[in-house]
Amino acid sequence: MMGGLRKIWNEFWGLFIDDPRFAGAILAWLVLAGAGLPRLGMPKGLLPVLLVIGLLGILVDSVMRRARQPRS
Amino acid sequence: MTADWPHASPAILAAFLASLVEFIEAMTIVLAVGAVRGWRGAIGGASLALVLLAVLTALLGPVLIAIPLGWVHLVLGTLLILFGLRWLRKAILRAAGVIPLHDETAAYQRQTRALQTAGGVLGGWDRLAVATSFKITLIEGIEVVFIVVAVGTSGRGLIGPAVLGAVAALLVVIALGAAFHKPVSMVPENSLKFIVGVLLSAFGTFWFGEGMGWQWPGADWSLLGLNGIYVTAALVAVLLCRQEKKAR
Repeated sequence: MMGGLRKIWNEFWGLFIDDPRFAGAILAWLVLAGAGLPRLGMPKGLLPVLLVIGLLGILVDSVMRRARQPRS
Repeated sequence: MTADWPHASPAILAAFLASLVEFIEAMTIVLAVGAVRGWRGAIGGASLALVLLAVLTALLGPVLIAIPLGWVHLVLGTLLILFGLRWLRKAILRAAGVIPLHDETAAYQRQTRALQTAGGVLGGWDRLAVATSFKITLIEGIEVVFIVVAVGTSGRGLIGPAVLGAVAALLVVIALGAAFHKPVSMVPENSLKFIVGVLLSAFGTFWFGEGMGWQWPGADWSLLGLNGIYVTAALVAVLLCRQEKKAR
């Protein structure tokens, strides 16, 4: 019973965090984009664009890193 | 509140496709349970899990609707970005051949072998069949509940379209399972995951921005633009990964 519940709980977190480095980079960028960039005096219209560019950069960097690794 | 077209159509599509992928994975195991241990336990366990998932959706939806929309956008936007980009990352790596594709037939055979070596039934309900069927339906269904609740409560009146998409997927998978009695391996699962990853990433990004109080260029229509940007970037990423893999 406890094993089953633990598996369901792990499965729930696994929905969001597969590669901790990838998830960590996304969260760090969201915090930076949401809390840091507006304080730098960026034009408000530019913030959504920067958000998307950052997320795409993290995605492409992550898959390229994985592609460079030997198959496991 | 009624849903507007730019939000409702991706919501239905995202819920339908994501649910299709998850229910197909669950159906593979339920079919293995049914074929080896009998249909009573297989259908009983899956039905029990579906009831629990429906209750979970019915409880979570109203709770989230009661929270101020700005916070819901911010939190669910963040979770959808994490969830969507995770799916998209995996779909890119699979499409590029960096990691192997998910094989429903192999999963079916593995589960069939495991169930055949387990003990027999002494009478009444087959506990192993019920438990296996229940667990897999619940585990895969939790993803469906998250998508339905996240997509449904973040938008304007989207819970109906999201539930509709999920229920339609469930009915399609049940019909396919009942018709063929074997794993639904002809469905291009990775392409579906690719599309769902794009849709959920776009939803999440849009709602995170909304939660921050930012103005998207083109307002709600920018959601469609975000989908286009994510698709393009993901396809470019597949090509880059293929090149990288060749050069390795």
